[in-house]
Amino acid sequence: MPQLLVELFSEEIPARMQAAATRDLERMAREHLAAAGFLPEALKTFAGPRRLTLVVEGLPIAQADRKEELKGPRVGAPPQALEGFLRKAGLTQDQLVERDGVWMAFIEKTGRATPEIVAEMVEAIVRGFAWPKSMTWGSGKLRWVRPLKRILCVFDREVVPFAIDGIESGDTTEGHRFMRVGFGWGGQPFKVRDFDEYAKGLLDHFVVLDVEERKARILEGCKTLCFARNLELVEDLGLLDEVAGLAEWPTPVLGDMDPAFLDLPAEVIRTSMRTHQKYFAVRDPATGGLAPHFITIANVQSADGGKVIAEGNAKVLSSRLSDARFFWDEDVKVGFEPWLEKLNGVTFHAKLGTMAERVERIVALAREIAPLVGADPDKAAEAARLAKADLTSQMVGEFPELQGLMGGYYARAAGLDPEIADAIRDHYKPQGPSDAVPTAPLSVAVALADKLDTLVGFFAIDEKPTGSKDPYALRRAALGVIRIILAGVRLPLTRELVVAWIFASEARERAAMAKLPQVDGIITKRSVGITFSGADETVEPAGSRDPEAEKGIRELLAFFADRLKVTLKDQGKRHDLVDAVFALGDDDLVRIVARVEALDGFLKTDDGKTLMAGYKRASNILKAEEKKGWKAEGDRVLLDDASAPEVQLHDALRMVEPALASALAAEDFTAAMRELAGLRGPVDAFLDGVFVNSEVAAERDNRLKTLAAVRDAMGQVADFSLIGG
Amino acid sequence: MSSKPKSFQSLILTLHDYWSAQGCVILQPHDVEVGAGTLHPATVLRALGPKPWNAAYVQPSRRPGDGRYGENPNRLQHYYQYQVILKPNPPNMQDLYLGSLEAIGLDLRTHDIRFVEDDWENPTVGAWGLGWEVWCDGMEVSQYTYFQQVGGLDVSPVAGELTYGLERLAMYVFGVDNVYDLPFNDPDAPLGHLTYGDVFLENERQQSEANFHGYDVAVLKGQFEDMERQVPLMLARSYQGKALVLPAYDMVLKASHLFNLMNARGAIAVAERASYIGRIRDLCKMCASEWVKQQEAA
Repeated sequence: MPQLLVELFSEEIPARMQAAATRDLERMAREHLAAAGFLPEALKTFAGPRRLTLVVEGLPIAQADRKEELKGPRVGAPPQALEGFLRKAGLTQDQLVERDGVWMAFIEKTGRATPEIVAEMVEAIVRGFAWPKSMTWGSGKLRWVRPLKRILCVFDREVVPFAIDGIESGDTTEGHRFMRVGFGWGGQPFKVRDFDEYAKGLLDHFVVLDVEERKARILEGCKTLCFARNLELVEDLGLLDEVAGLAEWPTPVLGDMDPAFLDLPAEVIRTSMRTHQKYFAVRDPATGGLAPHFITIANVQSADGGKVIAEGNAKVLSSRLSDARFFWDEDVKVGFEPWLEKLNGVTFHAKLGTMAERVERIVALAREIAPLVGADPDKAAEAARLAKADLTSQMVGEFPELQGLMGGYYARAAGLDPEIADAIRDHYKPQGPSDAVPTAPLSVAVALADKLDTLVGFFAIDEKPTGSKDPYALRRAALGVIRIILAGVRLPLTRELVVAWIFASEARERAAMAKLPQVDGIITKRSVGITFSGADETVEPAGSRDPEAEKGIRELLAFFADRLKVTLKDQGKRHDLVDAVFALGDDDLVRIVARVEALDGFLKTDDGKTLMAGYKRASNILKAEEKKGWKAEGDRVLLDDASAPEVQLHDALRMVEPALASALAAEDFTAAMRELAGLRGPVDAFLDGVFVNSEVAAERDNRLKTLAAVRDAMGQVADFSLIGG
Repeated sequence: MSSKPKSFQSLILTLHDYWSAQGCVILQPHDVEVGAGTLHPATVLRALGPKPWNAAYVQPSRRPGDGRYGENPNRLQHYYQYQVILKPNPPNMQDLYLGSLEAIGLDLRTHDIRFVEDDWENPTVGAWGLGWEVWCDGMEVSQYTYFQQVGGLDVSPVAGELTYGLERLAMYVFGVDNVYDLPFNDPDAPLGHLTYGDVFLENERQQSEANFHGYDVAVLKGQFEDMERQVPLMLARSYQGKALVLPAYDMVLKASHLFNLMNARGAIAVAERASYIGRIRDLCKMCASEWVKQQEAA
């Protein structure tokens, strides 16, 4: 069956937009073809620096003929209705047929030739393409990502003729911008009539069409260069994607770097290579450290084997690294205290004050958190004080992604305590799902303080994430806190949030130039007095409450709960189990996770499943009675004439209750589940053998109390009513 | 094609020859201090309006904050940009540009020339466009932009703009690592040879000191405000039925340079920056819309 080939040839398309463009082109082509009633055998799209290509296999030469039935007005309907129908259908009355008292029109539509449909499709795609940014050029009004130069469109080896704003379709494309067969430079046009000719023609004219093939060539070329010099490529997938979008004939070229630069931190060299120059770094397999070379991916295979290109690039890298060296030297000379001074002039957020004020809050928080995570409070405070200083260093000004890392290097260079240097370096961690969680106590204290201050600050000024919008990366911050805690830190989350909230409120009020902060208005869920170890001041939460703060903290806890749910769900834990445990109102994430895990295990056992069913029956009975006004008052007793199942459950509860309490106190949730499992048999027997709604009021009351005791016991482990069948 | 240039000035002359042959008018620099060649009225104003316009010129550009007292081999507070503006941009503009690189001696089959996405914008004149920075062996040698808006107005037809950083390009072409070592004229010239440093080093030293410490901030601020007041007054006056938009635009340029000087003196707080830029942009927009009105009426 015939094949369709379309190429939209333009000036250089930004590398970052190419992948999405292939997807959009594919989607739009599929939609248009489907709307025309076509179901192609295969459809593939490609993108490169100067072209978007679509190839569709197995299209018919025309649409199938179609019969349409149009239903008109009833026979005898007002003449206007009939006239309207005839006008719309483009028919006269003698062409209508009467069927079941209704005028019908039967229209035979001849299928249109595929090229007609293709011409419309290409025009619709060009005019409707959603580039992230598009432009006009020359005197025209057409929009494309950069000027569109040619449209190649052949169907079944014939040109599909059409024009879009003066650009006529044809069977001509062109090769590499510079490389050509023979003398000189410049793209050579050539004609093609199908995809095989096209792909081969491009290769002959130094263009690799498929981005995957370009990537493979780059990797292979890099590895060959490395192998010859006994080096190892530092792989970088993001960079690979980018450079594959910048060259039609990607040609790795190895260049030399002055080894004297190797005394700069490796991250600085790599970042400079990557962000400024898009070079791959290489390492020495013997030492594992960076080697004094780089690989650039040129777009041309030059006559001199890349010698001039390597030298030119080496010179540029040299001047870049000289800048970096200059920044390093200047930064080491200047040091932390002047940077901290400068933070006074850096706004963190208009409503939350300066970066210097933020540092004060993090210092106080880190000091507060330190003892809870096994870190020295003074050291934590000092690390927190220095943690943000590098933001005003020259190196971080140039490479913002090196924040923290540079602070760590500079702290070591200044001879500071290595633990403090590490805490400065690691306090932004974890930055993403694949980033490591800090574990050194000092790093943990500062990392938590940093994130809690961010979260609380933005919640306090009502800048919460909504939908896909999370400009301050609060979800990442919350997830970071969760991951640090789950790695083994017992943090009383509510309490720390309250402390952080107080600091943030102060900042907010200062920023709003309002009256002095009221630190004593906040009530915690646990109603504990909070000691600021830093300020030597105790806050009594009694007295006036701050409803805004309470609401904010509740929202934050819910936010954490949501993030934790997402985390647990990602690990395959059931959503309803997470809800059931959260309903207990615990804010200790470690405990919550342990409970969910134990519960998950328990409900997979026979005991668990059966007890769950028992719980449902019991709670339904209780709910019905409670609706009628029954309430558990007084103790449950064992009546004299109790039946065997009653005795059995009564005894079981007497055994289980204290054992359950001690298992829960020891936070041994597996043991707690085991205790609950002991209730399974007695509960079953009770529900099957005892008539709860006895006519004897005392009997009925006591039996309901027994069921309520079961529900209460189970309720200490999780809210089973939230667990689905 | 002329032979490969041997000096900074012959590189400029080669570019002049090349763009002159394409049909550009070769202009001289605008005589008001500007931060970039784009700000020359031959670009900012002429890019707007319906009339075709093709021009090339060298523009001395001043970036007071970039002064390094002549001690940095790559940074200058006064340097040259070569500017080409083609309206409407011809369909073969990329090839014309590449031809100019070839004219100054770059072999396009030996070097690695790349068009790397870089969307240009200049908030002080409310201008933006799409294009690339052009790399030669990893070094940015030009900025290539299709103007979409200037002074907040759509550019139609679209003007294509090329900016060559002349010193950097020359350093690359001549294989020189320090800008002050560039041959300013032909090293074999019979009347003697001067380097870029011979011509400009002392200027860099004195201007750097003036930029960072010399100018009186209160005076600069007063002058800025004077210019700001002058612009609408100038636009309110007309000659032969046309508002005085060209002098008014000169006032905008002066205000812009005064802002750069205040900035280099550290007299502008971070929070004030945006508001100053907004004030200059508003002035520029007034000029731009008046200019377009006159162009469309003509």
